[in-house]
Amino acid sequence: MTAIQIIFILSALVILGAAVMVVSTRNLVHAALYLVATLFGVAVLYAILDATFLTVVQVVVYIGAIAILFIFAIMLTRREMRDQGEQLNKGWGAAALIGLLTFGGLFMLLNNWRGVNATAAALPSGFDGVVELGTALVSTDAFVLPFEVASVLLLAALIGAVYVAGTKK
Amino acid sequence: MTFWSDPINFVAQWLRDVFTGWGWNPGLANAITLLLGALVLILFAMLLDIFLVWVERKVVARFQDRLGPNRIGPFGIFQPFADIVKLIIKEDITPAGADKLVYNLAPILSLTSVLLLWAILPLAATIYGTDLNVALLYLVAAGSLGTLSIIMAGWSSNNKYALLGAFRMVAAMVSYEIPMVVALLIPTIITGSMSVKEITLAQGDGGVWFFIAAPLATVIFLISAIAELGRSPFDLNEAESEIVAGFHIEYTGMKFGLFYAGELLHAFTFGGFLAILFFGGYRFFGLENLHPFVGAIIFLVKALIGYWVIMWVKYTVPRIRIDHMLGFNWKFLTPLSLVVLMVTAVLNQVLAGTETWVYALVMFLANVVIGWLTLEALRAYSRSQRKAEEPAVESVAQAAQH
Amino acid sequence: MLFEYIAIATLIVLAVIVALIAIGLGELFGPKKKMEEKSMPYESGMTPYGPGTRRMPVRFYLIAVLFILFDIEVVFFLPWAIVFRQLGLFGLIEMAVFIAILLVGYIYAWKKGALEWE
Repeated sequence: MTAIQIIFILSALVILGAAVMVVSTRNLVHAALYLVATLFGVAVLYAILDATFLTVVQVVVYIGAIAILFIFAIMLTRREMRDQGEQLNKGWGAAALIGLLTFGGLFMLLNNWRGVNATAAALPSGFDGVVELGTALVSTDAFVLPFEVASVLLLAALIGAVYVAGTKK
Repeated sequence: MTFWSDPINFVAQWLRDVFTGWGWNPGLANAITLLLGALVLILFAMLLDIFLVWVERKVVARFQDRLGPNRIGPFGIFQPFADIVKLIIKEDITPAGADKLVYNLAPILSLTSVLLLWAILPLAATIYGTDLNVALLYLVAAGSLGTLSIIMAGWSSNNKYALLGAFRMVAAMVSYEIPMVVALLIPTIITGSMSVKEITLAQGDGGVWFFIAAPLATVIFLISAIAELGRSPFDLNEAESEIVAGFHIEYTGMKFGLFYAGELLHAFTFGGFLAILFFGGYRFFGLENLHPFVGAIIFLVKALIGYWVIMWVKYTVPRIRIDHMLGFNWKFLTPLSLVVLMVTAVLNQVLAGTETWVYALVMFLANVVIGWLTLEALRAYSRSQRKAEEPAVESVAQAAQH
Repeated sequence: MLFEYIAIATLIVLAVIVALIAIGLGELFGPKKKMEEKSMPYESGMTPYGPGTRRMPVRFYLIAVLFILFDIEVVFFLPWAIVFRQLGLFGLIEMAVFIAILLVGYIYAWKKGALEWE
């Protein structure tokens, strides 16, 4: 086992464990903090994949902005930041079975796919992912349209946020 | 590579050779060398931090016409050690109803988020932790971990003041992050790289220090750095008369010490980034070529000057109200920074391939014009505000006469 | 690139250890006399009433939402800024369009009073 595999397994365990805690903990702020741990684990995965820009963006946008917004939203909505109700409903057995079957199916499928065992080719020296990304974002034969549409999406989100959270006036 | 020309890397290479000589495999040898390097870096940062406690106390004293610490050691330089001993022998109190785990994690995360920045600070041409190609965004990412630590501290303390302080601080930090990133974009555009090493190099041979080419970006970065630090005039998080100490009100002993140490080191580190991004980093007219340690000293002096400016602002300017602070950011600093960004981008394209001094001069003049227009707009705005208020004031005065 | 992140991970681990040592020293040498009054949350000497964590005013939430949107926007700028020189006029125009669309939202937010602290 190489060092990268060990790092991958450790961060995968952190991601999955924290994700389970997000849905099972009763304290909402704790859930948000476990979510932060999950997101940080994903950042580590990006780092393993040599996606430096995405690693940092993951931390800046997801931990620095979205997690903060979640915490603000939790503190905004409830006085008692605790959930008292039942955590499982009647269908949990069936749901677990379906989940297990889906996982098994996926496992079988992926096991037969040769992509799963392939090793990524080493990046050519002097390869700079950020430069490639920047070029791809604004070149006409790559992502220029999604890039511009993203700004429309942000505009819609901005207007929506101002409308929903806006002061009554 | 000899010991004299590049001591740090020479020692690292020597250690690696020794370790592999012991029969360790190269990966392990590298890892141990890396660990030792990181340890040296952290110890250096913490020692510097102890020194900064003295600097801060001494400088604030002089600003307030006092002597400051002067009993322990010459000029009171050993005062911080006494402070540390005092913090260590204080009782560690966890308030009733606090969320213990989160409460204890917050100061650790706070210090870590600051020490993280030292990974990318180039002290000299050959003395740096790592050369990250997204270093400037990494700076912001470390800051967002700091934001998280503050909200954790504020929420877990089970104290109303702490929560209020955390809200205010986080609102300020996230708001001022926008102009800060835009200000960081300007050296990026001029250099064509986000790596701090490249940015420093671009200000050397055949380039100018970026505060000449981008004076407005320098000022915007300084202002948003002060807000990010939560220092006066943006220190609403610890408005003593309202919410006492803000988010760290409940912390005692070394846990408070970690917040305090983190804050001081953070301020110094931002002084360092100011030096790197706009004042040539470790460069000083070729003097840095003498020896890497000379470069490191130049860098530290520049960073200290940047830190001194931050202190100067802190101890001169009074605190402003939260609506003014957020309004200043959203209605003034953010649009201004975007205008500066677009003008810089356009000019950078137009001036591509010109001589350095032409480039710097045109950029500087453009910044002066933007600054002048901004001031004119502000003046017109405040004049209109005054006009709107004047009749009201007069009528009140008349009413008082009757 | 992975090497850089291993260096950073090492730094994180060591920083946490340094912080833990500092706290540990405090634990070791500090007095431990627990009493009820001492562990009360500090409220300028008054006995605290009600829960310590309160609901937050909605305006903080609005600030956070505005921040996210602008944050994502400036994150898009970064890769563009790096390759900006090679892109030429076309890249400039594209970014101008991107900013112009967001400017509409900014003006809307300002006019609707979302930037006011009421």
